[in-house]
Amino acid sequence: MSAAYIMGAYEHPTRKAEGISVAQLHMQSAAGALADAGLSFDDVDGYFCAGDAPGLGPMSMLEYMNLDVHHFDSTDSGGSAYLVHVAHAAQAIASGKCNVALITLAGRPRAAGMKSAKMPPAPTPDTPFEAPYSPSVVEMYGMVAARHMHEFGTTREQLAWIKVAASHHAQHNEHAMLRKVVTVEDVVNSPLVSAPLHRLDCCVVSDGGGALVMTSESVAKSLARPLVKLRGAGEAVGHANGGRVDLTTSAANVSGPRAFAEAGITPGDIKYASIYDSFTITVLVALEDLGFCEKGKGGAFVADGNLISGQGKLPFNTDGGGLCNNHPSNRGGMTKVIEAVRQLRGEAHPAVQVQNCDLALAHGTGGSLATRHGSATVILERL
Amino acid sequence: MDLSDLAQANFDAQPYWDATAKGEFVVARCTTCGEAHHYPRAVCPFCRAETVTFEPASGKGEIYSLAITRMPDKPLRVVAYVTLAEGPTMMTKIIDAPDDVAIGDPVRVDFQTHPEGLTVPVFRLDRN
Repeated sequence: MSAAYIMGAYEHPTRKAEGISVAQLHMQSAAGALADAGLSFDDVDGYFCAGDAPGLGPMSMLEYMNLDVHHFDSTDSGGSAYLVHVAHAAQAIASGKCNVALITLAGRPRAAGMKSAKMPPAPTPDTPFEAPYSPSVVEMYGMVAARHMHEFGTTREQLAWIKVAASHHAQHNEHAMLRKVVTVEDVVNSPLVSAPLHRLDCCVVSDGGGALVMTSESVAKSLARPLVKLRGAGEAVGHANGGRVDLTTSAANVSGPRAFAEAGITPGDIKYASIYDSFTITVLVALEDLGFCEKGKGGAFVADGNLISGQGKLPFNTDGGGLCNNHPSNRGGMTKVIEAVRQLRGEAHPAVQVQNCDLALAHGTGGSLATRHGSATVILERL
Repeated sequence: MDLSDLAQANFDAQPYWDATAKGEFVVARCTTCGEAHHYPRAVCPFCRAETVTFEPASGKGEIYSLAITRMPDKPLRVVAYVTLAEGPTMMTKIIDAPDDVAIGDPVRVDFQTHPEGLTVPVFRLDRN
């Protein structure tokens, strides 16, 4: 299979998009990623977006940007969709369906006044069995955390280390919403939202957007940017399995091993990891399921700064992640890929740049753990 | 679309809602493979046969996990997954929960009628 490369990546700098529409944020992000790649809108022949894009599938955004493409995909798995798009764009490029694929994400939940990510009830078969209890997103992830603590003895302090590491990185990011370095004590003493999760276990709500440009090998080699190749990818959906609920395992235990098998490497080879961090517990469960540590040992793995760049074994989310930097449209997958690309190019902030970063992983958890979630993992290599 | 409309749109599970409206609790069980499941649907999620029946359930279970939200001057709000004596684990709420409510606590079913018109099973502690 011929290779596909991420040649353009752009994170919109805004965190509160007053006076910029969602469609405009998508297009500004697209323009940024194309400029980063050294390409133009006229070069785009494939387009990928998810449910944050206004309109039915890709159609309204294609009209807004006035693009003519001959391949499109609007797969939606919540915040992990953009990692699925990376994989699907690579497949489309490999099979000759397109040569320059544009992937966009944007949203403005802050400016629009939406304080939480609660979904309105939709006429799905599961809704009548969940919506009457009106679970908040924090409650759903709280149930995951409570069960993990019960089964494995994971502590609030261990979960807090994930936020501590993210804050160490965010202090260097001028765009990050929360740049103050916090301690384990700060996290566990922050107000309880839904026990066992505290306020500082939760990600930020931010406006913004991001975009990626993926190209074929021949286009990639004609450009001036470093070559970041998609080496492996996996995707899977986790759900309640007919009532055989397992809250402590996510579908990362499928998407991760498939991505590693395709890449022909193991978790020990990864120099940097972007792990979706809607909540601290989201990271802990994913690290276990991806194979960075045994199931149940995530608490010990993340403790004592093991995720802090320059200090721990697995530098993660060096932009500050969703926990401190940015979670545009309540969907954090796009920014996960963008920071992995920065690391592979050597373009992360010098204070957090991982030395000789040639292999990176990005992982997304979309929808919601505790009900239905889409896991997507990509492994990227700098050639 | 309110909750009653949502339940009616997904009429696979109508016998479940007919039961809760009468203060009765049923589980869906497939007569082909014998497995109980939740949420109830017309096709068995395990053997895919369209032989799902609804049978009276004990209403007993235990808390599999929970999230506790404390608000000033309000009763404890507890969203939970409860594992039923019949096997499946379901999302629900624990009502009138004491402050020390925890995973593993035995519970029994009760019912609440939602403002939008659907009567749903909730659970309360049954510690004796």
